[in-house]
Formats: sequence, structure tokens, C-alpha cells
Amino acid sequence: MENNNKVINHKVSPAGGDLEGASKQEFNITVYTENQIGLLTRIAIIFSRRKINIESLNTSPSEIDKIHRFNIVITESEEVVHKLVRQIEKQVEVLKAYYHTNADVIWQELALYKVSTDVIAEKVSVERLLRENGARVVVLRKDYTVFETTGHREETDNLISILQPFGLIEFVRSARVAIIKDSDGFNRKLREFERLEPGEEVIENEYLNQGEKVFTM
Amino acid sequence: MEVAQETLTTPAPTTAVEVSGSVALLEALIVEGVDTIFGYPGGAIMPIYDALFDYNDKLNHILVRHEQGGIHAGQGYARTSGKVGVVFATSGPGATNLVTGLADAQIDSTPVVCITGQVFAHLLGTDAFQETDVINITTPVTKWNYQVTDANEIPEVIAKAFYIAKSGRPGPVLIDITKNAQIQKFNFEGYTKCNHIRSYRPKPIVRTQYVQEAAALINQAKKPFIIWGQGVILGTAEQEFKAFVEKSGIPAAWTVLGAGAIPTEHPLNVGMLGMHGNYGPNVLTNECDVLIAIGMRFDDRVTGRLDKYAKQAKVVHLDIDPAEIDKNVKSTVPVWGDCKETLPMLTKLIEEKKHTEWLNTFNEYTQKEIEAVIHDELNPTTPEMTMGEVIKQLNEITKGEAIIVTDVGQHQMVACRYAKFNKTRSNVTSGGLGTMGFALPAAIGAKFGAQDRTVVAIIGDGGFQMTLQELGTIMQTGIDVKIIILNNRFLGMVRQWQELFNERRYSFVDIQSPDFVAVAAAYRIAGKMIDDRKDLPAALNEMLSTKGSFLLEVMVTKENNVFPMVPQGCSVAEIRLK
Ligand SMILES: Cc1ncc(C[n+]2csc(CCOP(=O)(O)OP(=O)(O)O)c2C)c(N)n1
Ligand SMILES: [Mg+2]
Repeated sequence: MENNNKVINHKVSPAGGDLEGASKQEFNITVYTENQIGLLTRIAIIFSRRKINIESLNTSPSEIDKIHRFNIVITESEEVVHKLVRQIEKQVEVLKAYYHTNADVIWQELALYKVSTDVIAEKVSVERLLRENGARVVVLRKDYTVFETTGHREETDNLISILQPFGLIEFVRSARVAIIKDSDGFNRKLREFERLEPGEEVIENEYLNQGEKVFTM
Repeated sequence: MEVAQETLTTPAPTTAVEVSGSVALLEALIVEGVDTIFGYPGGAIMPIYDALFDYNDKLNHILVRHEQGGIHAGQGYARTSGKVGVVFATSGPGATNLVTGLADAQIDSTPVVCITGQVFAHLLGTDAFQETDVINITTPVTKWNYQVTDANEIPEVIAKAFYIAKSGRPGPVLIDITKNAQIQKFNFEGYTKCNHIRSYRPKPIVRTQYVQEAAALINQAKKPFIIWGQGVILGTAEQEFKAFVEKSGIPAAWTVLGAGAIPTEHPLNVGMLGMHGNYGPNVLTNECDVLIAIGMRFDDRVTGRLDKYAKQAKVVHLDIDPAEIDKNVKSTVPVWGDCKETLPMLTKLIEEKKHTEWLNTFNEYTQKEIEAVIHDELNPTTPEMTMGEVIKQLNEITKGEAIIVTDVGQHQMVACRYAKFNKTRSNVTSGGLGTMGFALPAAIGAKFGAQDRTVVAIIGDGGFQMTLQELGTIMQTGIDVKIIILNNRFLGMVRQWQELFNERRYSFVDIQSPDFVAVAAAYRIAGKMIDDRKDLPAALNEMLSTKGSFLLEVMVTKENNVFPMVPQGCSVAEIRLK
């Protein structure tokens, strides 16, 4: 069991450290919100205003009644992501926002592939390739068959290139959904947030771990 | 969870009454303590205006001349009264005219609730007459907005609107109400103020550990420096702030929006920060050892070049908005929370001190600034008057008791630098957005928000022409606003930059003006123009003693520059005296 507790939105560079120009990487931003019209815009403009591209966006109801969960993927430096997450959390209808690196999450994307049934029937190799790639049949019709895979981007991409020579009719891929490795999970955190007034958790800060450095004046 | 239970003012119902959405809205406003509304009617908000016809005795609706004037008036009202400014506008062009004011209120954290009419719900998305997507247009410039399409939503949504606008870090809220919802009758079960929203925590919990660590830093500091902003005023923490400053003995400087939280003349008040702020506070920002920032957000006009800003200092940042912590300047100790709570905790833990020598350093810089800049600005020998001497004369008459509302430009910086403020909520200006045209309508609102105080608007010849239609509002309401136009016959601040940084290539800054006194006269507002120094005291006295509004146009030097100045891209230590 991995105990990956360090994450949350409060992980930043050492106090005073200048991370300007620090290396960019993929971050998974998780946002819990009330389900309100217009909130998607409010969140989206936090990125677009700073000319940051959202690479993947998923939003759907969470396990808690009337609370939605966003999964957003962007490529940025941690310093920028940290500030973005604070701006997101500041929105009235956002309960909590967190960010994690790819190493901190388990994530999947779902892909659907439509291929001509004739081709598959004729070319045994195709069926083998599909099986090798973990594809499952979703729909089987006389004229076409729809396969499904889930996995990381490279995996779902791989099957596209495999199927392309055999007349791939259509392809679609979902946004990324990511679940955090942290054994604590958010269910408890969220319920706690709902009980607390005002919010406590936001107080947690990198400074707590930097105390000794501060007083070397 | 305790919920404040308040009911209809008239009649006090024990059971639900059937009312229209419009009536429910007005009843909600009354329970929220609203007494003044700035607005402008139109097709999509007509049902609300029809209901308002019967509420004349309870709600004072001020008919402005332009919706931008309406929202700036609402902002001025909020800034001087500490209450939420309320603005009505119709759909389409009425609503889009609010956008500048919303952006201004958003960046300056001003609590405003705007109610806009919207086309019938069934017409949404059909490009109906005067339909604009107001919610999406205003999303980036509001703290929160919401479209009501059913009257049943009105009580709850209005309660949320007021709660959000004024709690935590305040800001503008816009509620767009479709016409059908305004007309629709529903069972109104009274109005309950909101004090909780599931996803919203207006202020973070104060952690005593941080307060203790901040106090330890402050107690060890040899050259501590306090910089404060509007957060002190928004948090009504002026007393708590004063106690902190006085016990700590630490020199304190203000951002433009923080001016007046403690009096200008307070011995520990060392002046203004930022691009046109005072010499000492800017230079010494880069020499202090502990920088204590209270309710301010390190705007670039305050910090100058960020990578050369206070790098030597430990930074203690007190702010109610967690997103401000570490946004621009990395804090050593972040004291999250409402400064009304955190300041007394801090005051208790700090040692009583006097930083005499350090304070003297500030005074030495003040002397240098007086010699290089201030003396000549306030006591000029030039044939034409300077802006500074007008403010100095005004101080002598008002004794720092007036509310000063400024527009944007050189006159704004001069007024903020030299005006005396004895009281809090006395400096009303557009700080973060720098909105020309702000002052005249904001002054009207400021006066409605503080009717027992003198309100003096100081406006440039350029900015006055952006919203001078609001003279009509003054005429019709008879409100008493003193207007000083500092006429340098230029878009002065832009001209100054062109002089200093564009080799005097004066590109479209040479602005012509009408006869302002004649314009005022057309609105039946008394006025006078002076261009001779010897007339200044008498003219100011006449302006202030005249009953009702008065416009005083003062001809000032054409090409004066505001100094000191931290040129854009320079560090605060590179501040120029000339
Ligand atoms: C709405 C708006 N447009 C343009 C500007 C840019 N701007 C800043 S100061 C200034 C000149 C203001 O001239 P004036 O009102 O005469 O004041 P002065 O600087 O001469 O005192 C301009 C054009 C602005 N701040 N706001
Ligand atoms: Mg001018």
C-alpha cells in the first residue's frame, strides 16, 4: 500500500525559492464543485486568461450528492499549477482543488474504435492484434464492430496506428480520469470540509516544514 | 448552523404571501438594509421598476445618466458607507455598460450587487431584442453571478448575492433576472439572510502557530517595515491596526487604497508606496529586514520589478484571501485570516518597541524628498499653479476631514500623495483598474454613502469628459458634491510617459475641453474657473461654503510631471526624484 501523503495543493517550492522557468510537466488537477451552470466557464477562464491550454477535461458527478468532480490535465511548472489551484479554489462554488503529478495518480482514458466487421473477419491478424492490445468488443454488427480499450494515452494511440492500415472507420477517446494514490482519499476530506466553517485545510502550508530556516536571520 | 431569520418588512407575514418576483426582490433588498439604489430602467427590467414605483418611501432610487455611472456610484457608496452598493440596469446595452465598473469593483474588492433585467427565459439564445449573454460576459469580472429564470429562486439567490458580495474578500456580484421571473407570482415565505454556502469559506481559520512565528520574526527584527492596503479598511480593522502599529513602533506605509486607515499625520505613518509613492517607503522596502504586509496584494504598481523587490527581507503576509499568499511575493510566514482577528493576536505577542533610529532613516528620506520634489510642488514660483498647491490649500480648509474622490492620472497621484486623511474611508479612487471617468459618479455615490461628510472630487480635464453626463444626476438629485477639475490641457499622465520614455513624442494627448463652467451651468450647477494663484483660497472657500454642488476649474501647469517615480520595469530602489 503506497502512502503518498505529500501531495494536496500545498506542496510548493521551498519558501523564497524562485521556480521561474522551472521545468514543466503534466499535472492532474482535481476539483470538487457544486453543480452549477456557468461554473465550467469560471474554471476554464482561469486557464485561458493566462494562456494555458487545457489538455484534457473531465467532469461528472462525484460520489457525494450534488458534488461534481473535475479532472483537468495541463502541462505547466509546479509553481504555476500551485497558483492556479488556489485561484480555482477561490471560486465560490468550488469546495476543494488539488493537484498531483502523474506519479501521484492512477489514470485512465477510454477509447472506442470502429472497424469494418468484414476486415476483421477476413484478416485473422487483426483480431489477434486487438486481443493483444486488450481491446474488448462493445458492439458487433454485420457492417462494423466497435472495440473499446482503456489505458494511458500511448496505449490507446498505439491501437490507432495498428488499426489504421485496416480501415479504421472512426475513433474517439475520453478525457482522462485520475484517482489519487494517497491512501487517505478525498471522501473523508470533503466530508470534513463540509463540516468545518470556516475551512481549515487551506491553512496548511509549506511553511510548516520550513520553520527552522525562517529564523536564521 | 445558525441562520438569521428575518421576515418581510411589510407586511410581516406569518404565512406565505403571493407576490411577484419583482416585489420579492425589493423586499429582499429592504431586509438586507439597502436604502439607496443607483439605476437606469429599460424594457427587460420594467417589471422591477414598476414594483419600485410603490417602494419610493423605503428605497431611494437614484436615476443616473449611464449605467457605468450607476455602478461607479454604487462603488463610491460602498467605499464610504461600508455597505453593499446596489445597481439596477436593463438587459443588453444596459448590462454591458456595467462591465467597466464590475471589473473595477472586482480588482478593488468592492462589494456591489448588480441586478440586470434579461429577456424572457423562453427567448434566451434566440438573439432576442436586447439579449446579451450577460452571465458569460461578466464571469471574469464578478466574484459570483447567477441567472434567475424562476421567481421562486429570488429570495435565496439575492440572499446569496449579498452574503458573497460582502463576506471574506468582498467583490461584485451580478444577478440577471429574466423578465418572466420578475412578473411571475409565487408564494413568498419571507426572506432569510444567507450565512452559509456549502462550497464557500469566506475566511480561513487563523492558525496561532503562524501568528506566533510572525510575532517572533517581528520581535527579532532590527528594521521592520509595515506596508498596508485596503484590507485593513475592508476588514474594519483600523483600530486593531493602529494598536498594532503603535505597540510595535514600526514605520508603516500605505498603498493608494489603504490611505486613511490611520491618519496621514500619525507619527508612524511614513507615507505612500508605489510608482508615485514616497521616497523613503520605496527605497527602504529594499533595506528592511522584516516586511509586514497587511491586507495588500503586492500589485506591480507597488512592487516595481518583482525580482528585485525586498529580496533581503523576511516577509510576513496577512491576508484573508489564500490565493494572494505567495501569488507575487513569496511569504516567509503567511498569516492567513481576517486581519481583524489576526492583528490583535499579533499585537498581544509582540514586544512594545520604538525603532527610533530606523524611523529617523525614513524621516531623512522625507527631508530629501521635500527638498527635491515636495517643496516646489506645494510652494511653486511658476506663474501657473501646480496641482500640489491646490491640494495643499484644500487641506488647509478641510483639515483632512473631507472624503477625496479622485479620477485617474496625474491629478490622482498628486491628490493621493498630498491630501490629508484624518478618517478612514476617505480616499475613494480607482486603484487596480485605473478607470478614467470613475470620479464623478463615484463621488455622487460616496456622498449618498456618507451624507454628513464633505465630498470633494478631484478630476482631470480628460477623465471628466468620460462621465460628465452624471452632472445630470447631480442636478436632478440636488446632491452636494464639490468638483475640482485640475485642468492641464493634456492627458497628463500619458503625456508624462511620452516625455520621459518616448522622447517627447506627444501622440494624441493634447486634449481640448469645453468650457467646463458653462457645462456645469447648463446643468444648473454653480461653478468658477480660476487661473491665478491669488484666487485659489477664496475660490476653494466659495466652493466649500456654497450650498449644493459646485464645480471649480483650476488651470494648472501644462507640463508638470509627477515625481518621485519608479519607472516601469525598475526596482523600487531605483525610484527617480526627477
Ligand atoms: C478609461 C481609460 N482610458 C484610458 C486610460 C489611460 N490613461 C491613464 S491616465 C490618462 C490621462 C488622464 O488625463 P486627465 O484626465 O486629463 O488627467 P491628468 O493625468 O492630466 O491629471 C489616460 C489617458 C485610462 N486610465 N482609463
Ligand atoms: Mg489633464
